[in-house]
Amino acid sequence: MSTLTRTHFDRRRLLGAGAALAATTLAGCAGMAGGPSIGRVVVVGGGYGGATAARYLKLWGGKVDVTLVERNTEFVSCPISNLVLGGYKRMADITHSYADLRSAGVDVLQGEVTAIDVTARRIRLAGGSELAYDRLVLSPGIDFTPEQVGGLSAALDSGRVLHAWKAGPQTVALRRQLEAMPDGGVFAIFIPRAPYRCPPGPYERACVVASYLKASKPRSKLLVLDANPEIVSKKALFEAAFRNYAGLLEYRPNAELKELSGNLAKLEFEDLRADVLNVIPPQRAGDLARQAGLLNMNNRWVGVNWLTMESTVAPGIHVLGDATFPAPAMPKSGHMANQHGKVAAAAIIQLLKGGPVNATPVVMNTCYSFVSGEDAMHIASVHQYDAAEKTFKTVPGSGGVSAVASALEGRYALSWAQNIWADSLAL
Amino acid sequence: MSYGARRLAATLMLLLAASVAHAQDANLGRNLAATCANCHGTNGHARGDMRPLAGVSAERIVALLSSYKSGAQTGTIMQQIAKGYSDEQIRLIAAYFAAQPERN
Repeated sequence: MSTLTRTHFDRRRLLGAGAALAATTLAGCAGMAGGPSIGRVVVVGGGYGGATAARYLKLWGGKVDVTLVERNTEFVSCPISNLVLGGYKRMADITHSYADLRSAGVDVLQGEVTAIDVTARRIRLAGGSELAYDRLVLSPGIDFTPEQVGGLSAALDSGRVLHAWKAGPQTVALRRQLEAMPDGGVFAIFIPRAPYRCPPGPYERACVVASYLKASKPRSKLLVLDANPEIVSKKALFEAAFRNYAGLLEYRPNAELKELSGNLAKLEFEDLRADVLNVIPPQRAGDLARQAGLLNMNNRWVGVNWLTMESTVAPGIHVLGDATFPAPAMPKSGHMANQHGKVAAAAIIQLLKGGPVNATPVVMNTCYSFVSGEDAMHIASVHQYDAAEKTFKTVPGSGGVSAVASALEGRYALSWAQNIWADSLAL
Repeated sequence: MSYGARRLAATLMLLLAASVAHAQDANLGRNLAATCANCHGTNGHARGDMRPLAGVSAERIVALLSSYKSGAQTGTIMQQIAKGYSDEQIRLIAAYFAAQPERN
């Protein structure tokens, strides 16, 4: 993929395409009741952030043309995917079609974006077609930087070592490796240094895999090898959960993976072997944001204007979710990406109409984590925009974690999923 | 003051608050209420075990959120979330959900 500059374009062909698009838009407007479209928004990435932005642009904007470009044919949720890994849910439970988003008026295109022309306000898709936009929304998620660990790129490419940190075929494949592991085998989970997508996710995975092993392969060993000096999220609660798997689950802090060679993992002070190596690689904003030149924070994340979610280097491009450089204590979560999508949708409608954007946006987060097939616990936070510091800040005294993990919160976690999927995808 | 009169006064105050907010930003209540939708459904049309908020009276929502905020009402999570919103924001959220049709 390459970011196009004007010099890369065949101007004549582009102008022709532009004329065709203009004609399409005019024809589209003529057929719409109640006046012309207020503008054309292209959303790239149909995960929690992008799908929500597209849905709310239609819900709140009415006569706005919204196209969502997504490379996958279906939405597969990362939240709840650890339960699939543990055998407590099926892929069908976390998979949804984009049909209802289409019914809500969003033009959903399956395709791969190959280039963004910031100046001409166009994107190009694999196959050569192009889309013009007034406002672009990018919700590119994360991509990995496996080159930081010796041998990891090759191991991931071969499919022998799985990350399963993007739900989909990797989830299914890791479940198969877990099922194929003999009783008495060793399953190792490697956690990268924060920040990474879904702070409590690796520890939830550890609990759910341990729960499966305890029931099905009790002589096995689960090694949780954390590059961080301590558990990154819900520490005391996960420590309590880990005690339920004493003898089976072993947690080691400051255990950063340095090199992979076959089924041998090399840490700083020791080497270890495992039957299944589940490596969550270090991460940065998704490739699309990098190719568009938006990674202005540590060459890793996208800085955004929190009032509109526009990139601080490319106004007019709104960036959502895990790809953003977060405000203080703002997690990289599907829930937060959904909230980013709503801030962006509200702002874009105002910008297209020439009105003022909301000067006091609020976002909030809830992350449930399962510690077994049934019991879950949460962390929650509320973030209010601070005009003086131009960022979101958590409200003192608000938010917090569960007192204990419980079956009641397990039910709430599944209801949370049901509601956020419906909210994001117009189900 | 009778219950009916108190209820009327409360409603009038809510309407007044909503109209003042309207002058500032017509979409403020909508935008705030959307922060609740991840759990309580789009426009408050909740599914599963979550409490629906669409069409619930503004007084009821204000009373609930205020009691969570003060700590008088305990729960698993709402006592933590309610503390993140100002009283004015709670009134705007309540007015928005109250105005939504109960059924989608």
